[in-house]
Amino acid sequence: MSDQATPVAAQASTATPEATSLFAPDSVGLVSARSMEFMTPLMLACGRELASYTLVYETYGKLNADASNAVLICHALSGNHHAAGYYDAQERKPGWWDAYIGPGKPIDTRHFFVVSLNNLGGCHGSTGPSSINPETGKTYGPDFPVLTVKDWVNSQARLADALGIQKWAAVIGGSLGGMQVLQWAISQPERLRHAVVIASTPRLSAQNIAFNEVARQAIMSDPHFYNGRYAEHHTLPRHGLRLARMIGHITYLSEHSMGQKFGRDLRIDKLNYGFDVEFQVESYLRYQGESFSERFDANTYLLMTKALDYFDPAADFNDDLVTAVSQATCDFMVISFTTDWRFAPARSQEIVNALVAAGKAVSYACIDSPHGHDAFLIPNPRYQAVFSAYMHKVHAQITQPTQDH
Amino acid sequence: MRADLTLIADWIEPQARVLDLGCGEGELLAYLQQARQIHGYGLEIDAEKITTCIRRGVNVIEQDLDDGLNNFRDASYDVVIMSQALQALLRPDQMLDEMLRVGRECIVTFPNFAWWRCRLHLALKGRMPVSRSLPHQWYNTPNIHLTTFKDFEALCTQKSLKILARAVGNSAHQTHWTSHLWPNFFGEVAIYRISR
Repeated sequence: MSDQATPVAAQASTATPEATSLFAPDSVGLVSARSMEFMTPLMLACGRELASYTLVYETYGKLNADASNAVLICHALSGNHHAAGYYDAQERKPGWWDAYIGPGKPIDTRHFFVVSLNNLGGCHGSTGPSSINPETGKTYGPDFPVLTVKDWVNSQARLADALGIQKWAAVIGGSLGGMQVLQWAISQPERLRHAVVIASTPRLSAQNIAFNEVARQAIMSDPHFYNGRYAEHHTLPRHGLRLARMIGHITYLSEHSMGQKFGRDLRIDKLNYGFDVEFQVESYLRYQGESFSERFDANTYLLMTKALDYFDPAADFNDDLVTAVSQATCDFMVISFTTDWRFAPARSQEIVNALVAAGKAVSYACIDSPHGHDAFLIPNPRYQAVFSAYMHKVHAQITQPTQDH
Repeated sequence: MRADLTLIADWIEPQARVLDLGCGEGELLAYLQQARQIHGYGLEIDAEKITTCIRRGVNVIEQDLDDGLNNFRDASYDVVIMSQALQALLRPDQMLDEMLRVGRECIVTFPNFAWWRCRLHLALKGRMPVSRSLPHQWYNTPNIHLTTFKDFEALCTQKSLKILARAVGNSAHQTHWTSHLWPNFFGEVAIYRISR
């Protein structure tokens, strides 16, 4: 490996050669999380402020000398900073977007310095409802402020400052992550060159909000929820969180992909005329809900769904999305998936049409995939080709000024 | 670049706002961006061609032209181009209206079905013409609305559209003096520049 450009890049090289060889050549290999403390108060959209906070993040690849090759990954509702690679050789599953981040992958870590963080309000190490409130010495719980996508962008901008990144080569995200990308382009236009908005929407529909409300009600009506103070009661609203995840999961898949995966298959080859698990799809949903309820914080889930519901960048511009995106100066790549009914292709087209009306540079591809909303996480040859082609353009613009070496 | 595209490029003003319907691999837009500093978008439905456009830095939007141009505002472009796609649309007449709603003028190219070789093929063999510019069989051709110089001009007259310029080409992208003399017989590819 060549010499490091900055102290940040030096920190970023977490993979050792012998460890790397345990993994596929297109894997970023072993990674580790880092954290950054912020002591300057952050003013929030709700009117409250956070006096101090921590953000955990991972980086892959090396920051170049003029810090022009940095890419920010924004995560979705239940995501976190562990987007690629492995924490140890025994880890079964790599980071959540490993299919798209690594040497030779669309977000090519031979070219880009990739930053992936756990958003504020999260439950994987960044300050959130399950952190200790320094004012009380107890967990924040329901006292943690409700955050918006704009708040996340502001906190991410501070992380960029701390890492010495003035301008991202690209900000990239799917679903709720795509909303953060759109918000970056609108409210911090001078700080990114490219925006990649995947399987996203300019605002939630009534149906989207309705599903979120059912999920919230499931959590809040769990007797172990204790108005969000379950930590003080040494318990967890597992049942509610399980239901919330089950309903969420249904909206991430398509009717077709559920049909393909489970059909009407039974766990045991006969009906038992009862209400216990019989169909494979029931078993799958229960399993998904159960594992999620053990690893995700209920208050964070509530907060994330609220951030989704509140997201509406056009609201700041007389409900005119064209005026909103007119603020942007970056180029855009918008990607949707044919069977995504949570944020259907028509929602991505709203973004594209607004960008076209505003005269912005934008490309749009609607990828044929049977996997519904989840498609943005799953390997797909056309998705990979389009994504790689766009990132090739992003990279070409970084290297152009210094091409004469 | 294809000769018909070179000819089209000559008709585009510097810094024009251009929409290229069925932009293929984006070679015309890439050329116009570089040579004329135009601002524009290409519309395309072929997955691989879209990827090529993106890779070469052409703004491309995946969109089926048969769904119309509802997402584009009135008079928002200087030129709307459609190269070798009109004959493959469900309603070419409605598309012309749409193109001239969105753009100040439009440039259209299509294979001339009255080209002498087509005529000869049909006259002598009694079968649907298959040629360099029309390589498909009748049952699998995307060209469901083939037309001729004369038919196209009749439609323009009916719609009171102005023909600003007309050019002829062949599939090898050369022009021959005979095709200027009698385009509907000798012209293999028709190239029109029209406005309201």
